[in-house]
Amino acid sequence: MSQSKSSTVAPVVLRGNLPPTGWTHRHLLDLEELSAEEISLILDTAVMCKEATQGCREKIDVLSGAAIVNLFFENSTRTKTSFSLAARRLGADVIDFSASTSSLSKGESFIDTAKNLEAMGVDAVVVRHRTPGTPHLLASHLDVGVINAGDGPHAHPTQGLLDIFSIRERLGDLKGLTVGLVGDIAHSRTARSNLWGLTKLGAKVILCGPPTLVSDSWQEFGVEVSHDLDAILPRCDVLNLLRIQFERQKTRPFPSVREYAHLYAMNRDRLRRAKDDLVILAPGPINRGVEVTADVADCPQSLILNQVTNGLAVRMAVLWLICGVQRNGLTIDSSENKGQQ
Amino acid sequence: MASMLIRGGRVVDPDQGIDRVDDLLIRDGLIMSIGHDGSQPLGKVDETIDAQGLIVTPGLIDMHVHLREPGREEDETIETGTQAALAGGFTSVACIPNTEPAIDTQANVEFIRQKASRADTCNVFVVACVSRERDGKELAEIGQLVEAGAVAFSDDGSPVYDAELMRRAFEYCRMFDKPILAHEEVLELSHGGVMNEGIVSMSLGLEGMPAAAEEVMIGRDIALADVTGGRLHVMHVSTAQGVDLIREAKSRGIRVTAEACPHHFTLTDESLRGFDSNFKMSPPLRTAKDVEGILAGLADGTIDCIATDHAPHAPEKKLLELDRAPFGILGLETAVGLSVTRLIESGRIDWPRFVEAISLLPARILGINRGTLRPGAIADVTLIDPSHEWQVDVNSFASKSVNSPFDGWTLRGRAVATIVHGKVKYRLSS
Repeated sequence: MSQSKSSTVAPVVLRGNLPPTGWTHRHLLDLEELSAEEISLILDTAVMCKEATQGCREKIDVLSGAAIVNLFFENSTRTKTSFSLAARRLGADVIDFSASTSSLSKGESFIDTAKNLEAMGVDAVVVRHRTPGTPHLLASHLDVGVINAGDGPHAHPTQGLLDIFSIRERLGDLKGLTVGLVGDIAHSRTARSNLWGLTKLGAKVILCGPPTLVSDSWQEFGVEVSHDLDAILPRCDVLNLLRIQFERQKTRPFPSVREYAHLYAMNRDRLRRAKDDLVILAPGPINRGVEVTADVADCPQSLILNQVTNGLAVRMAVLWLICGVQRNGLTIDSSENKGQQ
Repeated sequence: MASMLIRGGRVVDPDQGIDRVDDLLIRDGLIMSIGHDGSQPLGKVDETIDAQGLIVTPGLIDMHVHLREPGREEDETIETGTQAALAGGFTSVACIPNTEPAIDTQANVEFIRQKASRADTCNVFVVACVSRERDGKELAEIGQLVEAGAVAFSDDGSPVYDAELMRRAFEYCRMFDKPILAHEEVLELSHGGVMNEGIVSMSLGLEGMPAAAEEVMIGRDIALADVTGGRLHVMHVSTAQGVDLIREAKSRGIRVTAEACPHHFTLTDESLRGFDSNFKMSPPLRTAKDVEGILAGLADGTIDCIATDHAPHAPEKKLLELDRAPFGILGLETAVGLSVTRLIESGRIDWPRFVEAISLLPARILGINRGTLRPGAIADVTLIDPSHEWQVDVNSFASKSVNSPFDGWTLRGRAVATIVHGKVKYRLSS
């Protein structure tokens, strides 16, 4: 494993129940609102968590007594499991709250539901919802920490972080790297969170897909837009293959899956024409044969399974930082850590 | 024989081309005179109002108000909505028929008129449905509704989707010289949207409603008004291109009028970045370029009127997730402040044009005997303090709901007295 670069924030050490210094946010809603230093701080903390838990396999006891609620209004397997496991690895208690079995099906508003959970004394709420902005709405009504685990097509900050973590772990500094985000940009929260995170850390981002899924207006955000994967392929250091979100589309944005795969699927032939050390990412679940062929999904350049492990590390870091702020007040200041600067 | 003298205000009455400091005399609920030449004795005056420093205008008219009653009394009632109108300086409102049931029969029109009369607040003019049950399939009994007192027709909340039905409505309404107030939206383009489609919706991941959804329908209705000779009134125009379409249609002599809402000349889609449903309305807040187009349209008269689209929703509805929260915001109690601040203080329009847009032209479009201070006219009068600076506080609103995006804003200009039929119905407590 290559060692990550040092960030501009003071290095952090694992020490008792105190979380790392330099973190002041009560919530994690989106990468757009974080600075490059804050993103690096989360990534460095995640490195620490991964090392301290022997590759996310063992427990450390920095959040014992804390209670985390998973408030998932939209189906999820891996993100929910990943947050649960991350919380348990830190010694916290985890409560899973499923919208379908709750009072929500009796007509209670989701804010009332969340306020009830808050009244039970939880430290943080991990929320997923089909509607953009719902975590922000919760954050404005609750005093506990709110972690966005995906709000519709808007943001999925821990997915963005784990993608960036995985790239950094394999290739080192993000600065100067060219990252292609390919596929359903219009409906992808992963694309948006990657875009903010990557550009803040100095990577060049290319969005690629048909015009029905990739609007040219994205250029206004300082990224390149292409509708031709084969044209941009030789320039990319990383390709992140985004799932076609059939469930979010009003009308089918391309004539057939076959035609989409012909134009945009990452296959063996395209892999040959890419850089030798091209890194391939895909936020699960993947549609094998649509965004990526099976052989490419399982090839050595693919980090798909590393992403899942790294997701645990990143979520441990995020939970630790957010709960730290919740428990210790808004500004955490440790003179010991200052001394190491 | 009640009489009232409004002394020393700046009387602005575009109907008579008057804009001067003068006295206004009211007797028995009617305008007696502006000024007093002294040739006849003034006679006994029961009440004198000192209007120095104030603007004296014909009563303001909001031709686009959702009073919600019958059916949605948790949001607003005829009584609370008309009290909000008075507090905003409006002496008349036209209420839109998307209630439950919709206003598509004589009995329903009569219900509203009775409730309004019992509330004894401001004048309520009834807009009735174009289509039976507002379902866009068959024409409502337009002739009977006119007899019952309906002043215009609208399926607002929805467009009249069937072009053939819209054509027939234009033709049929010609018989009564009534306008059709049109909500312009191509639904398959805007379906599922919560805000303007653009770079803000892209970055927020929110479903967008493209400007084209409004413009395509404005274009259709202009063509239908042209072919039928009917009267089209475009409600809440929100895009610069929409204003251009209306300007061009007017230049060709097509009978089209239009209104714009204060929020559409004040806010842009950038406001949605906080995901606050108080910025969600239909048509949605557009871009700075569109705001500029609306301002230009108001200045050159392409957009005839200012109307609020006052759309109250109970707090629990607006607290829902953005896609489930309903469209619409309050308008009555902030319209004057926003107009003075955004339009007059900025120099975009002058006071006579403002009064024309919010009193004279709405009266003419609706064909109601209001909007003027001519001797003999019904004495609906609004007194506005143009320099009154105040902070919007939704909790002090007369409206039953609080869904205003302007809560906490500091505005200049406010109605200080609202006079309906010669009686002071509202006075701002100082």
